Amino acid sequence: MTNKLQVSGSLRNRLMFTLISGAAVLGIVLFFIVRGYAAQIAQNGQDDILEASLSSILDAVVIQDGFVEVDFPYASLSMLDTELDDRVFYSIYNDGILISGYEDLPQTEKNNTDTNTFTTIKYKNTNVRMASAKRTLIGEKERITISVSIAQTQDALSRTLNRISKNVALFGSGFFILVTLLSYWATASTISPLMRLATSVTKRGPQDLSPFEKKVPSEMYPLVTSLNKLMTRLDLSLKQSEDFIAEAAHRVRTPLATVRSYADATLQRVSKRENRDALRSMVRAIDEASRAASQLLDHAMITFRTDNLQKELINLNALIQNLIDNLEPIAEMKDIKLKLIQKDKIELSGDFILIQNAIRNIIDNALKYSPDDGVITVTIATNPEPHLKIQDQGPGFPPEDLDNLKSRFKRGQNSNGIVGSGLGLTIAQDVANAHEAKLTLSNHEKGGACVTLLF
Amino acid sequence: MRNFIILIFILITSSLNANEWEDRQVFSSGESTQSLKILSSTDTTFFAPIIKSFLEKNPNIKIEYFVTGTASLDEIFRKSPEQYDLIISSAMDLQLKLVNDGYAKKINEIEHPSWAKWRQSLFAFTIEPAAIVLNKKAFKNTIIPKTRQDLIKELRSRPTFFKNKIGTYDVRKSGLGYLFATQDARTSETFWRLMEVMGGLGTKLYCCSGDMIDDLVSGKIAVAYNVLGSYAEARQQKLDEIEIILPADFPTNMMRTALVSNLTSRLRLSERFMQHLLENQTEKKVNGTHSLPPLFLKPGQQTIILEPALMTYLDKLKRKTFIKEWERAIIQ
Repeated sequence: MTNKLQVSGSLRNRLMFTLISGAAVLGIVLFFIVRGYAAQIAQNGQDDILEASLSSILDAVVIQDGFVEVDFPYASLSMLDTELDDRVFYSIYNDGILISGYEDLPQTEKNNTDTNTFTTIKYKNTNVRMASAKRTLIGEKERITISVSIAQTQDALSRTLNRISKNVALFGSGFFILVTLLSYWATASTISPLMRLATSVTKRGPQDLSPFEKKVPSEMYPLVTSLNKLMTRLDLSLKQSEDFIAEAAHRVRTPLATVRSYADATLQRVSKRENRDALRSMVRAIDEASRAASQLLDHAMITFRTDNLQKELINLNALIQNLIDNLEPIAEMKDIKLKLIQKDKIELSGDFILIQNAIRNIIDNALKYSPDDGVITVTIATNPEPHLKIQDQGPGFPPEDLDNLKSRFKRGQNSNGIVGSGLGLTIAQDVANAHEAKLTLSNHEKGGACVTLLF
Repeated sequence: MRNFIILIFILITSSLNANEWEDRQVFSSGESTQSLKILSSTDTTFFAPIIKSFLEKNPNIKIEYFVTGTASLDEIFRKSPEQYDLIISSAMDLQLKLVNDGYAKKINEIEHPSWAKWRQSLFAFTIEPAAIVLNKKAFKNTIIPKTRQDLIKELRSRPTFFKNKIGTYDVRKSGLGYLFATQDARTSETFWRLMEVMGGLGTKLYCCSGDMIDDLVSGKIAVAYNVLGSYAEARQQKLDEIEIILPADFPTNMMRTALVSNLTSRLRLSERFMQHLLENQTEKKVNGTHSLPPLFLKPGQQTIILEPALMTYLDKLKRKTFIKEWERAIIQ
């Protein structure tokens, strides 16, 4: 787990970005569509008036005494009055010859049909909208064609369009801000189940490998299912390896006991000094091995039992008295005195075997590190909280190791030459965790290690 | 001495310029560093007070004031628009067409009621009615007519008396006369009946309001139709010979308008003069009166509207048709 996971982007940012840029694109597209639509409507309005004006001029065309007269009404131009006083230009042609109006006003090329044509052209340095139409009259001698064009500048139209554009842009910006807020909210609510899952994984204890059972969104279902499967497999393989260790320890212990009894018997029979020394070394090695095996078994048993606690009411004082009575012979071999101070009585609910095992391991450790003629003091007290304190006169814990001594197979740096597997404190710690008790390690001021169990 | 110099100046320039001016005057204050050329159809006597008050406020300016008829004014200006800075005319239709054709400068700084301006380029500064002016002596024993119909009745009842004693604008020569006649014609058919009656009695045709009023005062004619009310009023204050009637059937009110040439090289000064002119004509004067009728719209009063439709009768074909009709009626 040392290689750090690479971070590549953020789901939330990606989602936000997609939503917001989508809204921006949509807003811009909408702006142009609405503006184009408005422009078309406004243009249609202008075209309608130009068309009306145009037809009123064409209607006024008559042939009188062989001459063309176009006596168009005042209203023909009056109707073209706009709010911004747009300029008006027109031209009247008789068979291609200008008979009135602006001679430089361009004529539309496609004069093929009788329908009106509308074009936007540049005239007198400004854009004008021009409507053109023609009418054929049958005179006394010949057919004549009158074509009329009427053009108007687009000042009022552009002002209307600008006003519309401004409003549409304003609406668009409002819409965009709204979508941004909405996408922030949507993103947050989409991401939150993922965050919740992450939090609940983080909050789990190190031994908790049970599957997640809370409801998750369908998109997260495969992830959580895989995670659950992974944890089940991990749990299984952990259990298997522990079972394997326990099995191995169990199988090794019995032959070791046999070897030990043979070694003891042989020691009685040999008298040569070097042989006796060799046999003693052998016995010590066998002791070490069998102790390790039994601790491994203890640990396996504890792991199993902590998962299935069998709680009962325990009289701690009696439990410890009993333990000390049992350990007295071993202590006497090293001339160590076990001193029990019972300030108060403590009763607690817990697994008897586990607690006994844990405390025995602690006292065992103390016996191992205690110098000859030392005193190990076991104190039971309820002030300020119910606790059990085991103190020896040994070298104490190396200060730099205080934190990781409780881990499995970790031994202090000053443990050379002392029989042990490193599992003692681990067992005590696991038991304390299972009972929601607290195990603390410290060194006494006058020397010696001090282990406290706070219940 | 200065007058002498001005005189020489006028002589030189007028010899250079072939235009025949009705009047031409130079106003200046102090050492003139800038000059402004105003082309106008308004008689100098009416406009001089406005120029003088401008010069009082803005010293070191020379203003040349050229007066000509509305029709020739339009012609002169279209020929050389770079020669003149401000164009003032009573022919609203010709002025509007100048703006439409792009001869005028937009002056965005000026605030003016929307009915009295067009394209922020053409600004109206007076409201003046077209009036029927009578010589009082001729109507001593009869009721003074109040409408066009009354006038027709009166003319018909005394044909021998009014023979050759009626005057009106020659619409072929006067732009303002043409404007008045076309506006009358589009409003009511009564106009054509009146023209026919006038034509039957023999009508004198005039180029300008001034001449018409002169003849009216001297008794050469008894009735003048469509005279500028403001000019007649100015005369009425001096002698009590004439009666001004604003026809009650439909009044025609003209607005005198001003524009700044698009090709002016003295834009700032022209704008300042325009501002001054409009302020002068829209402020209420406590003492004294305006030399020209101010731009106050009385309740219910209507003027000829500044709109593109004013160009209708300037159309070549329309004009030809109208003049033909008019001639047929008035010249018999």
